[in-house]
Amino acid sequence: MAFVVLLVGLMGLSKTWTPKLGLDLRGGTTITLTAANTAGGGAVDPASLDLARTIIQSRVDSLGVGESEVTTAGDRQIIVSVPNVQEDRLVEQVGQTAVLRFRAVYAAEQVTPPVVPSSDPSATASTDPSSSAGAPSEGSSAPSPSATGDNRPLPGLPTAPPAPSTPRPTAEGQGTPPDEAINYQPTEADQADFAAFSCPAPDDNPDVSDQPLFSCNQDGTEKYLLGPTLIQGDTLTGASAGIPQNGIQWVVNLTFNNEGGTAFENITGQLSSRTAPGNQFAIVLDGDTISAPSVSRAIPGGQAEISGSFTQSSATDLANVLKYGALPLAFEVSEVSNVSATLGGEQLQAGIIAGIIGLILVVAYCFLYYRGLGIVVVASLLVAGVITYSSMVLLGSSVGFALNLPGIAGAIVAIGVTADSFVIYFERIRDEVRDGRSLRTAVETGWRRARQTVLIADAVSMLSALILFILAIGSVKGFAFTLGLTTLIDVLVVFVFTKPLMTILARTKFFGGGHRLSGLDPAHLGVKALPGTRSRRGGVGSAVTRSSSGAHAVGRPAPAVTPGEKA
Amino acid sequence: MSKFSNLGHRLYTGEVSYDFIARRRRWYALSAVLLLISLGALAFRGLDFGIEFNGGADFRATTTVNSQTVDTMRTAVEGTGLPNLEDATINTIGGNQVRVQTRTLNPTTEVPVVRAAIGAEAGVPADDVAYNLIGASWGDQITQRAIIALGVFLVLVGLMIWVYFRNGAMSGAALVALVHDLILTVGIYALVGFTVTPATLIGVLTILGYSLYDTVVVFDKVRENVRGIRASTTQTYSDAANLAVNQVLVRSINTTIIGVLPVAALLFAGAVILGEGPLKDLALALFVGMISGAYSSIFIATPILAQLKERDPEMKKLSARVHARRAKAEKKDGGEVVGSQDGEPVGALAAAPGLTVTRAVAGTVPVRPVSEGGAKRPQPQHKPRSQR
Repeated sequence: MAFVVLLVGLMGLSKTWTPKLGLDLRGGTTITLTAANTAGGGAVDPASLDLARTIIQSRVDSLGVGESEVTTAGDRQIIVSVPNVQEDRLVEQVGQTAVLRFRAVYAAEQVTPPVVPSSDPSATASTDPSSSAGAPSEGSSAPSPSATGDNRPLPGLPTAPPAPSTPRPTAEGQGTPPDEAINYQPTEADQADFAAFSCPAPDDNPDVSDQPLFSCNQDGTEKYLLGPTLIQGDTLTGASAGIPQNGIQWVVNLTFNNEGGTAFENITGQLSSRTAPGNQFAIVLDGDTISAPSVSRAIPGGQAEISGSFTQSSATDLANVLKYGALPLAFEVSEVSNVSATLGGEQLQAGIIAGIIGLILVVAYCFLYYRGLGIVVVASLLVAGVITYSSMVLLGSSVGFALNLPGIAGAIVAIGVTADSFVIYFERIRDEVRDGRSLRTAVETGWRRARQTVLIADAVSMLSALILFILAIGSVKGFAFTLGLTTLIDVLVVFVFTKPLMTILARTKFFGGGHRLSGLDPAHLGVKALPGTRSRRGGVGSAVTRSSSGAHAVGRPAPAVTPGEKA
Repeated sequence: MSKFSNLGHRLYTGEVSYDFIARRRRWYALSAVLLLISLGALAFRGLDFGIEFNGGADFRATTTVNSQTVDTMRTAVEGTGLPNLEDATINTIGGNQVRVQTRTLNPTTEVPVVRAAIGAEAGVPADDVAYNLIGASWGDQITQRAIIALGVFLVLVGLMIWVYFRNGAMSGAALVALVHDLILTVGIYALVGFTVTPATLIGVLTILGYSLYDTVVVFDKVRENVRGIRASTTQTYSDAANLAVNQVLVRSINTTIIGVLPVAALLFAGAVILGEGPLKDLALALFVGMISGAYSSIFIATPILAQLKERDPEMKKLSARVHARRAKAEKKDGGEVVGSQDGEPVGALAAAPGLTVTRAVAGTVPVRPVSEGGAKRPQPQHKPRSQR
């Protein structure tokens, strides 16, 4: 009992009252990606896979879809779960391989990240604030919501500015190829659009290899006008972070292949002769500028070192990102499961209905057959139910266990398992009574033998649930998990609750005396009178009863039933 | 219900004994028929494997269903212009859902197109069309893993049987029961036409465990009863095994009913309320498997076990001994005895077909009543003086 209170208390503490629901009950999209090495087959490096996972996670986050989960599974799967989103865009975004490019920087400006409108609006883009931050600044100069009825929307976070006026090509082929990109000069239209551009970048900001790019850095504090791609990221063969021999600052080392090395030498030579910010080149991943180091001279040999105000973590992060862009992994969308919220709700409803019907049926049958003892079954089921529910809630909030439809099915099947434990116990009590023991003794001795059987039965159930969990494919794992969990809880409930309850009940007059409706009456148990109780027939009768009820042979039919038959 | 429980008591003591083993031909015949139907269904209708195993796309949209829905939907789907969509399976679920199954599609280029087409036809926004997409290679992987799972589980179960029973006849009988249940359960899928999905597989594997457990329960009792049977003069192996089955009959029936009731609720919810999905596939396997498991342990496994054991030369001798003694008793009694071999009903139980009462007859060798004491050994129990 204390245990139940403890569990409920824990639930209250964590402030969650409902279990975490899987996406097939909530609605959402689950995408499974399978990684394969771009160069030949073989096993996928787990470090690469994990790195890919973090990148995909940040990609999904940047879509602004709220809580999402990206996990690795097996040795080459990544599973993306996004609740409440059913758009096709998600699949596109996630499936895309990260693209790493090196571009020349033509302009760089500070951008204040979006703040609540009550702050000084002129802190945004230093060039031409009033026209570009049109709607937001107007709204923010009147921060207090007034009931003036001028129908202006209440100031919210500044929305992304209107898209650049020049329609930009969204496909390659119309721009400047890499070998000429170094000579690219931004046009007037480019400059104007750059002025209008602000961070965070809008979703439809085109990122085409041979076109100039407007880009933000990762925290959205700087925006860049970048030229067309100078070097493609797949020419990078390695990146690492470290402290050079005669230095104390962290640096990031890049290694290019032959083709990249030559191009890099050429480009750095040209860039170093320009004035800032023209002497910078940007490392762009997925359209974000990860880093924009400056060069002071040509760098030959395909080996470069980026130094600056790196800390260990920022240097390692940059190296990781660079490595990812150069990852030899290609992802294939293996499976997409998309459940609409209505379908999810229906499935949840059906699961709950099944559970209720199952409970009612089992309880009805128990009352029918075991009569008054049905109360014990109901009570045990109730306690088991509360414990199961709170375990699922607690597991959901702590470990992230999500209950899905097969999981609900497992819990429902376990109703039968729990009730079965009781049947085993009761049948054993009945056997003991037939052997001539009084009811109160039978409850104890019957327990000793029944508990072994219950333990074995539940052990078999747990074992098979465990094996099923290992072997199961996909979301059906939930079935094995809840089946195992509820079997465990069943053992607990039978030991801690059902048995003591039976002991208590056997002491009462209703049950212990074998009232007709109690389920423990003699006729139901199959004896003439409950041993140990005064029967109306008196001494002889009870003696006869004892011998006849004890007259069954072990392993032999009972031919000597004649005395009992006669009486 | 008290009549039932009274019956249970009399089954336990052996007063009433339903002769499972002698009537085994009946059960074998029944099982043979069921197995034939299952195998036939498997051969002719085949199993309907879901897209998880074959790869494919499965779309579902809510719409008002009428008699033309399937056709108009097909036109819409084919109208997308994508290749190889002609053999798409389109059906309606309940009164308000339409389901389209196609070959596997490219997630970024083809799926949105089909989704839009279905949505337009059903009158819902494209984003409300739920779908499941399985790439072809992924489907192959799943199939592979499923086969491995099945194989591993079967090997494990076989190992468990061997370790637990350590007895050729028992293991053999248990395996036969297992295979019997497996074929029946899988056959019902072919018969009814439910899809076979990973949920189905889990259901099938689960009931293999249940079937084994049921068999263990019965065989445990049999083992208990046949201890020391070789020295017996009154019981053959079959008699002892039969008594064991009768003794566990009530408990077996009860646990099966209680186990099946929630599964029936699941099946109802899955098939009637949802119409499609993992609940239905899982629940059908569990439902059929549980019932079949109980049936096979009692009606198939034990008779087979008895048959196998009776071939043992020692058992043959025992059997001959017991029959000889019974024949002698018959002669002595002038043919009053009704033996369990004939199956003629006697007395009040004539109404229940097949029930026989083994009745003690005056003049037989007196057998001392025994009971189990605390040490679980048979202890003689003497009648009080007034009765002797």
